[in-house]
Amino acid sequence: MAETQTATSAAHTAAPEEFKLRLRRYNPESGEAPYWDEHTIELEPHRSVLEAILQAKDRFDGSIGVRCSCRQAICGSCGIRVNGEPALACHTHLDAALAGSRDGVIEIEPMGNMPVLKDLIVDMDAVHWKKIQRVTPWLIAKQPVPEREYIVPRESMIDVTQTMACIQCGACVSDCLAMEVDPGFIGPAALAKSYRFVGDPRDDQQFERLNDLAQDPEGIFDCTHCFKCVEACPKDVNPMGQIMRLRRIATNDHQIVDKNNGERHEAAFTTLIKDNGLLWEAELLPRSYGGNSWFGKFAPPAGKELLSSLPSIIKALLRGKVTPMGALKPHKIPKQDLKSVQGIFDKVEGREQRYELNLYIAGEDEAPQQGGEDGGETIAASASDPVAAGVTAEPGGKEPDSDPGSEPTDTPTEQRDTEEGLGK
Amino acid sequence: MKVAYWPGCVSRGFTPELHGSMAQVAPLLDIELVELDRACCTGAGVIAEHNQELADTLNARTFALAQQVQGAELMMNICSTCQGAQSECQERLDANAEYRAHVNETLAGEGLSYEQGLTNKNFLWLLVEEIGLEELRSRVKRPLTNLKVGPFYGCYIVRPRDRLGIDAERPRDHYLHQVIEALGGTVIDYAGMRKCCGFPIITMNKEASLKQAGRHLGDAVDADADCLVTPCPLCHLNLDLQQPLAEKTVGRDLEMPVLHLPQLVGLALGLEPKELGMSRHVVRPTSVIDWSTSVVGATAPAGASGGW
Repeated sequence: MAETQTATSAAHTAAPEEFKLRLRRYNPESGEAPYWDEHTIELEPHRSVLEAILQAKDRFDGSIGVRCSCRQAICGSCGIRVNGEPALACHTHLDAALAGSRDGVIEIEPMGNMPVLKDLIVDMDAVHWKKIQRVTPWLIAKQPVPEREYIVPRESMIDVTQTMACIQCGACVSDCLAMEVDPGFIGPAALAKSYRFVGDPRDDQQFERLNDLAQDPEGIFDCTHCFKCVEACPKDVNPMGQIMRLRRIATNDHQIVDKNNGERHEAAFTTLIKDNGLLWEAELLPRSYGGNSWFGKFAPPAGKELLSSLPSIIKALLRGKVTPMGALKPHKIPKQDLKSVQGIFDKVEGREQRYELNLYIAGEDEAPQQGGEDGGETIAASASDPVAAGVTAEPGGKEPDSDPGSEPTDTPTEQRDTEEGLGK
Repeated sequence: MKVAYWPGCVSRGFTPELHGSMAQVAPLLDIELVELDRACCTGAGVIAEHNQELADTLNARTFALAQQVQGAELMMNICSTCQGAQSECQERLDANAEYRAHVNETLAGEGLSYEQGLTNKNFLWLLVEEIGLEELRSRVKRPLTNLKVGPFYGCYIVRPRDRLGIDAERPRDHYLHQVIEALGGTVIDYAGMRKCCGFPIITMNKEASLKQAGRHLGDAVDADADCLVTPCPLCHLNLDLQQPLAEKTVGRDLEMPVLHLPQLVGLALGLEPKELGMSRHVVRPTSVIDWSTSVVGATAPAGASGGW
C-alpha cells in the first residue's frame, strides 16, 4: 500500500521515453467548466509523475497549477490522483503510472473531497486543516508538569509513532468514502492525529477527547470501515486502524456510551456471537438502537428505527427472504462448540490487559510462509513452523491498568495495547 | 476439488438464497463442500474493533478446524466481509510465531492448533484461480448474452491490496469483470463498483449509509446496467434489502436487481432462477430473467413476470 512504486530494474540507465499525460484543468475564477489537457513529455521511466507535470508546465503551458516542494515524499505537498488513485506525484514512477493507466495515457487529477483552487491544487485549509484543528492537535499536559522531562515507558511512545509518520498530504481525506457522502465526517487524517494524543501517556484528557469524538455524530463511529485511507496513505499510518483503536479504548476502557449507537452496536454484536456463535441479524439491529439485551428492542429508539425500516422489512417478509421464524430464532453452532467459543471469550476478555499486535511496529518474522500466494498449496501448511519454540507469549507479571491520573512510570501504564512481544 | 467451506452467518440468516445457490452451483463445478458447521462468526471487523486478540483467536479456531478437514485443498468462503476479517487475523497470526503460539495456547484446551499458511479463498478467487476462466467458460450452458452486469466488489475483498494478495499477477480486484465475461455477459463499469455499500454504518449514520447505497445503485442505473453482482452478502443487504429506503434517501427510482455471485454463475450453468432463490430478493430480478420463458438477457416486458 505504501510501497514506493518501484521502477523496473536497470531503469536508471534507461533512455528517456515519451509519456502521455492527461491533466484535469480547472480555474474556478474563470467561470469556465473543467476540461482535460493532453501533453506528451519525455523522461526516463523511473522519473516521477511530478517531474513529468513540471516538464509539461515548463515546455508547453506555464499556467498549469501544481503544488510541490521537497520532491522526496517528505513534505506532503504534491498529493494528486493518478489514474483515479491517490498518490504523491513525487513518489510515483512514470512506468508504474503508465502500467496503471486505462488507455496508455497517465490521467492526473486533483485530490477529491476538497474544493479545487486551480488545476491540481486543492484547498487544504477549507477541509483538511480545519478537521485537524477539530481534534485539538496538541498535548494537554498532565499536571504538574515535571521540572525536566516526562519519563514515559518506551513502548508507549513507539505506539504513537505510526500516527506521527503522517505528512499531512491529504491522500486519505481525498479518498474517504464516508466523507464523500458526509462531508462533516472528521475523517481519517484528523482521527489518526487524535490517536497521536489519545495514545500519549503524557496527555491529561484521554477521556474528554474520546467522549468528544464518540458523541459527535460525525466522529469515530461515522467511519465505514472501507480501507480506502489505509490504501491511500503513502506512509503506512493506517488511519482506519487508528480509528478502530480510538473506538476500542472509548468503549472498553472508558465505557463511553455514545448517542450514535456505536458502543451499543459493538456490545450487541459481541454479545450475540458469544451467546450463539453466529450472528442473529434480527436481534442485532434493535439492540444497536435500544440497548444490548433482549429487552433492547422495546426501547423507544428501537421502535422508531423499526418504524422507519418497515418498507424494507415488509418487502423482505413478502418475498420470503426473511421468515418470521428465522427472524425470531437465532441460529446457533453445536452446543459443545458454543461452549468452546464461550471459553475463548472468557479467557481473552478476562485478561487484565488487552493484547494488540501491531505489525507496523512488531514487523513480520523472517521469511514467513505466504498463505494463498502460489496456487496448489494444501490447506494445512507443512508443519515446519517451529511454533514459537520456547517462546512464551503469556504475559509475565501482568501490569494492571493504572488509573489515568497516576504518574508515568516504567510500566506500560497508559499503554493499554502493548505492541511488542505481547506485553513481555 | 474438496474445500473446507465457511458460509458465514448472513448467508444462513438474512440472505439464505446465497448459501442455497452455492450448494446448487458447487456440484456443477465439481466442488465438494465440507461445511465448517462448528465454526463461529468471523466478527466482521466488529469483534476485532472490540478486542483484537479475541477476533484472532476465534478465527484461528476456524482455521484450525479447516486444517482438520481431510483431503481439503483449501478453505473457501462466500462472503467478502468474512474474507477481509479472516485475512486480517491471518496476517497477524502468520506474521509472528510468538503471537501464534499465544493464540494456540487458548485453543489447546479443545485440542486445536492453527498452523501458519492456510489458504483461504472467496468463491470468486477460487473460480478464477483454481477452476480457471477457460474451464468455467466451457461449462456455461446458457451464456448471459446481452446481459449487462455491473460488478459490485465492495471493500473487504479489494482492500488493502497487500494483505489480500492483489497484484499484477493476481488482479483479484478485476476478477468479477473476468467472470462476467467468461459467463458471456457484458461488463458495465460505473463509479461505485469498488466503493462502500454503506452497510457498516447503517445503525450509526443511516442517512450516510443509504446515500452510499443509493448513489452506487444510481451510478449503475445511469451506466445502463441490467443488474449488479456482488461477492458480499452484507453489500447485498444494503443494496437489495435496503433499496426501497435508499431510493427515498437519494430521491430517485432505482429498481436495480442485485445478484449474489453464485446466482449469476448458476444462471449461466443452466440452473433456474427459482432454484437459485432469486425470487427471494427485495428487488425482482426481472431484467435478468424473463420468468415466462427463462431466456437470459431478455428484458421482461412489463407484466410478464408472473410468479415473482
